[in-house]
Amino acid sequence: MNYSSILVCFKDQDKEYVGFATLPNQVHRKSVKKGFDFTLMVAGESGLGKSTLVNSLFLTDLYKDRKLLNAEERITQTVEITKHTVDIEEKGVKLKLTIVDTPGFGDAVNNTECWKSVADYIDQQFEQYFRDESGLNRKNIQDNRVHCCLYFISPFGHGLRPLDVEFMKALHEKVNIVPVLAKADTLTPSEVKKKKIKIREEIEQYGIKIYQFPDCDSDEDEEFKQQDLELKESIPFAVIGSNTVVEAKGKRVRGRLYPWGIVEVENSAHCDFVKLRNMLVRTHMQDLKDVTRETHYENYRAQCIQSMTRMVVKERNRNKLTRESGTDFPIPVVPGVSESETEKLIREKDEEVRRHTLLRKVQSQQRDKTATDSHTRKHLICTCVT
Amino acid sequence: MASSDVARQPDKGVRPLSLAGHVGFDSLPDQLVNKSICQGFCFNILCIGETGIGKSTLMDTLFNTNFENFESSHFEPQVKLRAQTYDLQESNVRLRLTVVNTVGFGDQMNKQESYQPVVDYIDRQFESYLQEELKIKRSLHNYHDSRVHACLYFISPSGHSLKSLDLVTMKKLDSKVNIIPVIAKADTISKSELHKFKIKIMSELVSNGVQIYQFPLDDETVAKVNTTMNGHLPFAVVGSTEEVSVGNKMVKARQYPWGVVQVENENHCDFVKLREMLICVNMEDLREQTHTRHYELYRRCKLEEMGFKDTDPECKPVSLQQTYEAKRQEFLVELQKREDEMRQMFVQRVKEKEAELKDAERELQGRFEQLKRLHADEKAALEEKKRLFEDDQSSFSKRRAAAQLLQAQSLTANGKKDKDRKNSGFM
Repeated sequence: MNYSSILVCFKDQDKEYVGFATLPNQVHRKSVKKGFDFTLMVAGESGLGKSTLVNSLFLTDLYKDRKLLNAEERITQTVEITKHTVDIEEKGVKLKLTIVDTPGFGDAVNNTECWKSVADYIDQQFEQYFRDESGLNRKNIQDNRVHCCLYFISPFGHGLRPLDVEFMKALHEKVNIVPVLAKADTLTPSEVKKKKIKIREEIEQYGIKIYQFPDCDSDEDEEFKQQDLELKESIPFAVIGSNTVVEAKGKRVRGRLYPWGIVEVENSAHCDFVKLRNMLVRTHMQDLKDVTRETHYENYRAQCIQSMTRMVVKERNRNKLTRESGTDFPIPVVPGVSESETEKLIREKDEEVRRHTLLRKVQSQQRDKTATDSHTRKHLICTCVT
Repeated sequence: MASSDVARQPDKGVRPLSLAGHVGFDSLPDQLVNKSICQGFCFNILCIGETGIGKSTLMDTLFNTNFENFESSHFEPQVKLRAQTYDLQESNVRLRLTVVNTVGFGDQMNKQESYQPVVDYIDRQFESYLQEELKIKRSLHNYHDSRVHACLYFISPSGHSLKSLDLVTMKKLDSKVNIIPVIAKADTISKSELHKFKIKIMSELVSNGVQIYQFPLDDETVAKVNTTMNGHLPFAVVGSTEEVSVGNKMVKARQYPWGVVQVENENHCDFVKLREMLICVNMEDLREQTHTRHYELYRRCKLEEMGFKDTDPECKPVSLQQTYEAKRQEFLVELQKREDEMRQMFVQRVKEKEAELKDAERELQGRFEQLKRLHADEKAALEEKKRLFEDDQSSFSKRRAAAQLLQAQSLTANGKKDKDRKNSGFM
């Protein structure tokens, strides 16, 4: 059947009013009722202003009783993962904000593989969601997946350092990375420009896939396109953070007071804080969540299922002689997740049902894949089913 | 050069004399100064800090020139040191300045060995001075002193505390060189944060036993200013070679959208303090400290390693010559012992080889005898067999002859019978 989209405009025909133009309002109402959640990870060396920036972004004080380690304690420090969750509300819209912090990153004298615990954490969250999603009772799934990672680049060097490159390369396929140039009040405007260009070049040179803003449609107005272009050119965002209010030119602004002047955090001529905040909170928050859900999580899930089927096939081949058909799809066990008795029971039941559903899913997936691949896979699946 | 920094104590046997008029030896310091100006001065600074922290810029700003610098990459596999020597002149004083920079410091993932190249460099300079000093024909007054006189350690302005790498490195260097810590890129720290930061740094250094260079307080003319300066450590510096017009003059500064940071404004940063302390007031003291404290420590450790002692086991002072002699004897004795050992070993080996060869010979001989015996036995056996065979053969031939005879006889007998038969047949 050949469909052509018919755009019928009901504006002019008041008599024949259907009313689905109110759909956006309904969506709005429901989403406000449900509330939103967002998980933001901040990563980077100590002393780059991560906590100050997070406090400035969300206008709260999340790090009230933080204890910083001394230099000698940090010589052999390991990377920890800490979570702070707050509920904030603005104009009736509720947001459950989780900030994941990585204290100890890059602090020790030997930093080989210090990103491992971060990558493991992100995988754990994916894993948790995967199990929840495949479970029987999906009413209250908690989405703890990391939606965005702000990576703080030190402004005191000439660009990216080996630690930065390794971290971003290890995580760019698991989370949306937004690079941020920290403590930008140490750079003059020309230095900022040079550094941004250098960092963008190095990101491309090392093949790091940072978060890409969605391209705007060609029928958007010029101003929007201009803004969008400016946004793309501002990566990495040169930010300054502050939660103290100072008096500048008669008005009270958030900023940093120096003997030679006052740096205003919300002044776009001084830094890109406003751009970052707009991008993160006002315009692209939903897109960040969508990309996490549609790209990163789906990649993880596909890999997981592939490895599971491979394991099952291996089991099959090993048990062919004994004809034991009791091999379950092994669920990868995540360290540190404890289970109670009822949960264990539920899990076992889940696995049974999951086995069947996964089989069906895999079969449907194969239909979309290439012929050769599906051919061999189907053959194996047939032997499984029989 | 090896002057003591303790004021001369009055000797017991020497009485002080007061002068009746002006003799003129109060010009001695001037003579010394003139001589040293003719000779020229030499100063070596080592700058340690992360890549991009502003070491080269600060050097340019301090000495008001433009040393050739190039931007290093962050991806050096190991820490290296780059030394550059310049000849500077101010009024009639010539200075040979060597600036040593670290390249790639703080960039590697594993920084456990980052301090080693620096320590090795400092030790190498001490070693070459020591070698020159120990030479028979030496020219110390002409020697280009490359020992590091001052080490500027650049601390990253995180605002929290020292980094772990900073602590580890400074601990390794504090007994080898005069360390002057500076806070680099200080225009990112506000005044209140700076105060807290300095206190934290100093307390961390003290609690970990790191001995940084303290400006000397024994000379009354500079004691006061040095005491105040000691309280301002570490200096928070900003470097810049660009000039910005402020008021009606051009000053070295950094221009930001929110203001201008003037390098030489004491309210903005401690650059002027650093310049004064490092260059104007204490440069000579730094050289002296390097020579009398750090170099002497190195020399003592090195010589003790080689086996030299100041006092022998009976606690009597031993001169260097005696030690030399003792060492030489020891060495010769050892040489002789080794020679004897080798000779013995050689003789033993020869004996062993001889014995081996003898054994082999005997064995061969034994085998030869055995084979011979076997051979003889077999031969005898064969002879026996041959004899038997011949016996058989002869008896056989005898029997054959006998048989033939018998046969012949029987034939003739048969013939007669036949004849008889034939004859009988006729009858």
